[in-house]
Amino acid sequence: MSQATESDVREDGVIESVSGPVVTAVDLDARMNDVVYVGHEGLMGEVIEIEGNVTTIQVYEETSDVAPGEPVESTGQPLSVDLGPGMLDTIYDGVQRPLDVLETKMDSAFLDRGVDAPGIDLERTWEFEPEVEEGDEVSAGDILGSVPETESIDHKVMVPPDSDGGEVVSVESGNFAVDETVVELDTGEEIAMRQEWPVRKKRPAAEKFTPTTPLVSGQRILDGLFPIAKGGTAAIPGPFGSGKTVTQQSLAKFADADIVVYIGCGERGNEMTEVIDDFPELPDPQTGNPLMARTCLIANTSNMPVAARESCIYTGITIAEYYRDMGYDVALMADSTSRWAEAMREISSRLEEMPGEEGYPAYLSARLSEFYERAGYYRNTNGTEGSVTAIGAVSPPGGDFSEPVTQNTLRIVKAFWALDADLAERRHFPAINWNDSYSLYRDQLDHWFEDNVAEDWSELRQWGIDTLDEEDELQEIVQLVGKDALPEDQQLTLEVARYLREAWLQQNGLHDVDRYSPPEKTYRILEGIKTFHDEAFDALDAGVPVDEIQSIDAAPQLARIGTTPDDEADEFVSEIESKMAEQLRELY
Amino acid sequence: MKEYKTITEVSGPLVFAEVDEPVGYDEIVEIETPSGETKRGQVLETSDGLVSIQVFEGTSGIDRNASVRFIGETLKMPVTEDLLGRVLDGSGRPLDDGPDIVPEERREIVGAAINPYSREYPEEFIQTGVSGIDGMNTLVRGQKLPIFSSSGLPHNDLALQIARQATVPEEEEGDGDGGSEFAVIFGAMGITQEEANEFMDDFERTGALERSVVFMNLADDPAVERTVTPRLALTTAEYLAFDKGYHVLVILTDMTNYCEALREIGAAREEVPGRRGYPGYMYTDLAQIYERAGRIKDQEGSITQIPILTMPSNDITHPIPDLTGYITEGQIIVDPDLNSQGVKPPINVLPSLSRLMDDGIGEGLTRGDHADVSDQLYAAYAEGDSLRDLVNIVGREALSERDNKFLDFADRFENEFVEQGFGTDRNIEETLTIGWDLLSMLPKDALNRIDEEFIEEYYVEDEQAIEAPADD
Repeated sequence: MSQATESDVREDGVIESVSGPVVTAVDLDARMNDVVYVGHEGLMGEVIEIEGNVTTIQVYEETSDVAPGEPVESTGQPLSVDLGPGMLDTIYDGVQRPLDVLETKMDSAFLDRGVDAPGIDLERTWEFEPEVEEGDEVSAGDILGSVPETESIDHKVMVPPDSDGGEVVSVESGNFAVDETVVELDTGEEIAMRQEWPVRKKRPAAEKFTPTTPLVSGQRILDGLFPIAKGGTAAIPGPFGSGKTVTQQSLAKFADADIVVYIGCGERGNEMTEVIDDFPELPDPQTGNPLMARTCLIANTSNMPVAARESCIYTGITIAEYYRDMGYDVALMADSTSRWAEAMREISSRLEEMPGEEGYPAYLSARLSEFYERAGYYRNTNGTEGSVTAIGAVSPPGGDFSEPVTQNTLRIVKAFWALDADLAERRHFPAINWNDSYSLYRDQLDHWFEDNVAEDWSELRQWGIDTLDEEDELQEIVQLVGKDALPEDQQLTLEVARYLREAWLQQNGLHDVDRYSPPEKTYRILEGIKTFHDEAFDALDAGVPVDEIQSIDAAPQLARIGTTPDDEADEFVSEIESKMAEQLRELY
Repeated sequence: MKEYKTITEVSGPLVFAEVDEPVGYDEIVEIETPSGETKRGQVLETSDGLVSIQVFEGTSGIDRNASVRFIGETLKMPVTEDLLGRVLDGSGRPLDDGPDIVPEERREIVGAAINPYSREYPEEFIQTGVSGIDGMNTLVRGQKLPIFSSSGLPHNDLALQIARQATVPEEEEGDGDGGSEFAVIFGAMGITQEEANEFMDDFERTGALERSVVFMNLADDPAVERTVTPRLALTTAEYLAFDKGYHVLVILTDMTNYCEALREIGAAREEVPGRRGYPGYMYTDLAQIYERAGRIKDQEGSITQIPILTMPSNDITHPIPDLTGYITEGQIIVDPDLNSQGVKPPINVLPSLSRLMDDGIGEGLTRGDHADVSDQLYAAYAEGDSLRDLVNIVGREALSERDNKFLDFADRFENEFVEQGFGTDRNIEETLTIGWDLLSMLPKDALNRIDEEFIEEYYVEDEQAIEAPADD
């Protein structure tokens, strides 16, 4: 969290009432959304309503024992985050306090109250290498130099977006702390590596484009059937136990983004611990460096104060936008946006606002769309291009997609990955339902896949979709009369569809090889199944009974391609293809 | 300590009183009725001049002249190792005839969140001796794994079986000083005297009481008290685990009654209700209970939680099981159909889940083939189970030989793997052996989820030959 400087005007108020995370104060001179410190312990809060002399504050910490009459102090600044080198490889709480620093400061494994910590280490020095010279004209957003932040990422130091710019009069190079001046302008403005930005305000950019490059996820069902673009938006709704978090984590691990911002919003503590333990160990598939070198984690677990849950989403997207400004492709995962919506509902109900649907505030839809609109593929004010891809998990009560959060999210996002409890029960993972899910990016991304993977990418995919659709219809009949009552060609279609499901759509996220499937391999497996389809139907036309076709031992090998190392996969598929052809042709 | 006789309103479990000095949020209040009875309560809302108080023991007998005293501190639990072996009421006062409790420390019952950075990821296998759990939905130390049940099902027997049998096998061999035994904290909320007796008898019979702390809020005890009982239990658990190094198993039953109490308070406060009248903050409130489980880096002890809840009309989408499932690390489902078939324990493994299983099993933890076996058992049982509907329509004869094998598999899985009785303690080797016996009914090429080397090692070749005559 950003530290207010000493020179700020502070006006004291007095607490009038306390009800859970909502506190009212009188005689407080503060603006809407200003950060205030509440009570003797100095608990952090934010102004959310002003009425006459009464100011309503949501407090980001536990309010037990806080009493009327205690003082309230205003910082005169809105909730802001510190932006600068040192954010990657860090885990924050919902108001950007680094959790490792909190552990040291509180000297306890339990989170105490009233402890503050800067979002980035103010002592640590970084090696600044300038990219401008004295006499250069710079304006807001321009890149002044860079700092090697982690082994994967060069951090660009930029002119703050609210600066008027000017002519560079002095430039430093070498090791500096984040608050030391590295560039001075003729206007007298001194620019340091650290800047602040209010979290609820979108960072400016020059232009927003239609995205045309996919965010390659390494998940076959996503890349193959429901791709998402860099700068796109997607929602993953599903009941508990259907694998939302596993899917989010797979994306955070394997998506080909430069930077990943992972927000654990109101989720389990152990899940965040798993990420903290795993990510430093796992290699980034693009660079080979540890995954943490490109990751910033934000954790507000379900038992942390609810007001901080409301803010953690904004903290995350602001950090994502800052890296986008440097020209990076950022992927932001929010798990789960439903908890965020519930936090809004809880605060709103304490304010006794008139509720909308199911008790959610009437502004739910506006807040959701505001958040997802901050994603996109942008040309930045400094001329670089960068993107923020937003992927939000949704936890609908009872798995019912007709509830307000899912419905309002669906109106905004363009990719929808519906998780299915039935699939999860059958241990079909990722449990993404291929009949219910969609991606509106398919057409605009086809070019990329056709140019970079295979020319017939979209045709082959369409064949896969058609086969799965047909299976869906046939299954209804099978449920009534049994499989053996179907004509032979339909039985064979079911067999082909089974391979699509088991060898292609299913992917073992725990297997060292199978967890990441490059698009080439995704394509090749599908091609192998298509070969089986073609050869098998030829055999059927030549009069071979379907039982005999199913009994060949080469086809079941298709299910083992996923776990075959990527560089051997192509050869392995070719081998299976020729064996299948050979064995099937022997039958007639 | 200031005393007021300024009660302005009594409504349901709430009392409103005027004050002339500020009172802290969550502070404890004592109310003395004209008849001399003392009731305890907690500040729900405080403002200049007026506070609202929820009274744990119910408001009957309180009138405008009752005196209200503010203690000046929030609710605290006196903790000491001597609590082991004691039986307390839902507010933490001794119910047994034991000596007075001399606390070592008095702790706030609203637990602070564990810093995720300080947590240790749970991955030590707990052997419960129940195949449906160990084999299919493995529990690990520091996990929170609820039992979802319905009225009339033997969930208490299952919880007792787990409490009796749970061990961490490796440590048993390692130090042999019984260090792997769990201390059991039992928090009862609104259960009947009969159910309470069932638990107490079992604890006494097995000697488990010595290493247990029991908190009893019975069905006829005040409902509002239920909102503090689990917090008292967990505060005690945290003290024993993270100050005294115990491995603690917390059993909370019945969470449904807890949620009903929350709803009652919410209604009395005229709050805007969420789904089905439950308060909108129920997710946060439940999380503050369930998240108090886990392990902490460089600390000896751990807290494993097994909350029990009965799903109203066996509906898993009801807000109570629904919100619970989103917080806990899986769920064990007790199923009425299996129960009426006589399967003990009637665990339906298909919708059950343990999220922490993957890291707690495998080579060096349980056995190398565990993950594959469990995966295959799931897939095969699901396939067999889904064929049952079809059989009802077309009959067995219309199905292929392969399908018939899966049907037989599903039946035997229920009757031999899941069924074991509440008294049987199976170790993980036994559980996996039964698993392989069953899988060996199926042709080898149907075992597509198991690594080939494990099939070599464990597949029972002549199983099909043996089973054929017995299968009429």
